[in-house]
Amino acid sequence: MAKLKIALYWAASCGGCEIATLAIGEKILQLAEAADIVFWPVGIDVKYADVEKMPDNSIDACLFNGAIRTSENEHIAKLLRAKSKVMIAYGSCSYEGCIPGLSNFYNRQMTFDRAYVETPSTDNPEKVYPQTKVKVPEGELDIPEFYDTVKTLAQTVDVDYFVPGCPPEEKTTWLALEALITGNLPAKGTVISHSIKSVCDECPRRKEEKKIKKFYRPYEIVPEPEKCLLEQGLLCYGIATRGGCGALCPQANMPCTGCYGPVEGVIDQGAHFLSAISSIIDSNDPGEIERILDDIPDPAGTFYRYSLPDSLLRRARIK
Amino acid sequence: MKKIMIDPITRLEGHGKIAIFLNDDGGVANVYFQVPELRGFEKFSEGRPAEDMPQITQRICGVCPEAHHMASTKALDNLFHVEPTSAAKKLRELLYSSFYVTDHTTHFYILAAPDFIMGPDAAPAERNILGVIGKVGLELGGAVIRTRHENHWVIQTIGGRPIHPCFGLPGGVSRPINEEEREKIEKIAKSSVEFGKLSLKVFDDVVLKNKDYLDMVLSDTFTHRTYYMGLVNENNKVNFYDGQVRVVDPEGKEFCKYAPRDYLEHVAEHVEPWTYLKFPYLKNVGWKGFVDGNDSGVYRATPLSRLNAADGMTTPLAQEEYEKMYSTLGGKPAHFTLATHWARLVELLYAAERMVELVQDPEITSTDIRNIPTAKPDEGVGIVEAPRGTLTHHYITDERGLIEKCNLIVGTTNNYAAFYMSVKKAAEDLIKPGKKITEGLLNRIEMAWRPYDLCLACATHSLPGQLPLEVTIYDAQGNELEKLTQGIS
Repeated sequence: MAKLKIALYWAASCGGCEIATLAIGEKILQLAEAADIVFWPVGIDVKYADVEKMPDNSIDACLFNGAIRTSENEHIAKLLRAKSKVMIAYGSCSYEGCIPGLSNFYNRQMTFDRAYVETPSTDNPEKVYPQTKVKVPEGELDIPEFYDTVKTLAQTVDVDYFVPGCPPEEKTTWLALEALITGNLPAKGTVISHSIKSVCDECPRRKEEKKIKKFYRPYEIVPEPEKCLLEQGLLCYGIATRGGCGALCPQANMPCTGCYGPVEGVIDQGAHFLSAISSIIDSNDPGEIERILDDIPDPAGTFYRYSLPDSLLRRARIK
Repeated sequence: MKKIMIDPITRLEGHGKIAIFLNDDGGVANVYFQVPELRGFEKFSEGRPAEDMPQITQRICGVCPEAHHMASTKALDNLFHVEPTSAAKKLRELLYSSFYVTDHTTHFYILAAPDFIMGPDAAPAERNILGVIGKVGLELGGAVIRTRHENHWVIQTIGGRPIHPCFGLPGGVSRPINEEEREKIEKIAKSSVEFGKLSLKVFDDVVLKNKDYLDMVLSDTFTHRTYYMGLVNENNKVNFYDGQVRVVDPEGKEFCKYAPRDYLEHVAEHVEPWTYLKFPYLKNVGWKGFVDGNDSGVYRATPLSRLNAADGMTTPLAQEEYEKMYSTLGGKPAHFTLATHWARLVELLYAAERMVELVQDPEITSTDIRNIPTAKPDEGVGIVEAPRGTLTHHYITDERGLIEKCNLIVGTTNNYAAFYMSVKKAAEDLIKPGKKITEGLLNRIEMAWRPYDLCLACATHSLPGQLPLEVTIYDAQGNELEKLTQGIS
């Protein structure tokens, strides 16, 4: 059997997905047996121009991590889509926008003003901003355009599969790679994880009755070690987050923050969490309900921590 | 005028670009090192709950999330006016030391060693980690993989997750470790010390006993006289987790020493229109452009800088190596950029020894790991030494603890002016009129920035091979004359 041709790419991301890909450990050898990596800027010396020369659909699968933040990210996403038979959004940034997607609460100008003018260590009285094209005495220099809005990969090109997580856990990564190696691919659009249910489903904490009178912030209380964190008033996102990670954060006494995205069938993870939270508030009094919800200081940034670009809201309107 | 583009610099996050402009006679007219990426953390952190910042800001870098998590957690201690318990501080520093062992191991063996062990002119296909293992033996290769793997287990055990930990809280950490975990970490710490010693022996055998390499380390092409920055304890000894920031001048005299909260009195950042990254400099010297010396505010914050800025190490084996290094290099401070690799190995040994000290501390399994803050949050600064430089997180919140303002000065950013200058100087010294531009020559230019362990958004550097380049040379009309590539094929 001919070896598979695989490409890996990062757009606007932190590099954690690259480390996560390597975390499959000795299984890398199995991967190397079954597949040749034809493009991986972080690991091998193949340049954009080499990819441009490849025939369309000549790459069997592309694992694309990172969101679309600049014109360069978009250009490469389109290029790799044309060259690849299967396009996989790998990790939360390409799947949902992730934490850098919180940038959609603001716009480019606000981001530039903060970074290049307002920050107290910045000394920039002339208000110099980075420019896409700059004339210097020796010639011209260019850098990619920084977009107003962070986009997901699926908002940029057609995507076949999604691998959730920030970053995906080792076993989740392997599930996707194994499907590629064996050719046993699921239906188009599948989110590849061991679970279609929530993190709660795999969390060992004891669950009783979810009735909340008060929400606490993680620094305010020391939670009981065995009991459900949400029942103790900590805003644990496990209830509205896809499982597959093994409930790592709750087992470290910290609430889930939602990095594996929505459970199967849910379009908007934030709205799902909000409705789940609303249903467990232990009050029928509108005033009291409002007081209880006031304990959640940043609802938009918490409910959409990983999914703002992919949500129905997509971004804040800036007046 | 000819323009040589090195674009993208792969194996760097943030796709760095280097443009080398040549004069009509073929000498170097100017060099630009561009960082074409920004993600905007300082803006979108606004409005977020402060206690979420350790988990938000670590998404700046998936290679060194532990550094951001730790600087941020310390900023929260300061912001909420709460002192962590003694056991919590030790657990944080234990995780952090373990992280240093993995990070420095990765850099030395996978990025730096190929140049020295295989040689700068070796065929690119050999000049990578596989070549290194082939030459020094599978046993050492196995030790590299084992050291990384075991210390990742330590990070997950204490930090809750293998990548992007979740354990940091103002006043403490989220979970204790038990005796069984402690025993396992102790074994890993001790084997990390052995690994640190072995790594210094490899450096000694391969670099120090080879006169050609030592001459290259000491050559002017790879030298800059700058200020040096690093975190020190109360005795001016190196510490990665806590202390005051000390800066020494190019003669090695203390220029300033400051507590994290005073960082704005000492550091400022310069903006250029052709790059998304800013250039930090010493405010009280001033921005004088891309030049070194006492009158220029350019400073470096690297492993060698930390050793230059301190009076020594607190652990015995690392102290011995520290003394040996400076006696070989002809005293302190050492301005030889390539000696940064050596300093990194001294630090690796220190981090491993520090792990042993901490894991043997009777308090390390204490369950007294949280102090609950009671004061109103307002403003906080947290500083740690990230492997690639002094890392500063500064937050201002409203009284509910929501971020109003956030300012970050990240490890690699400190060194932006310096590594730009290092590349420029190497290019100017090595590209001469009439001299053929060979692959080995380009690799020597590359060797000028590799010691900084660039992490432009923070970079990754954990894969086989070495930093590949593509250089395209254009004539005065912009026609492509020649294209050279290097890296593993």
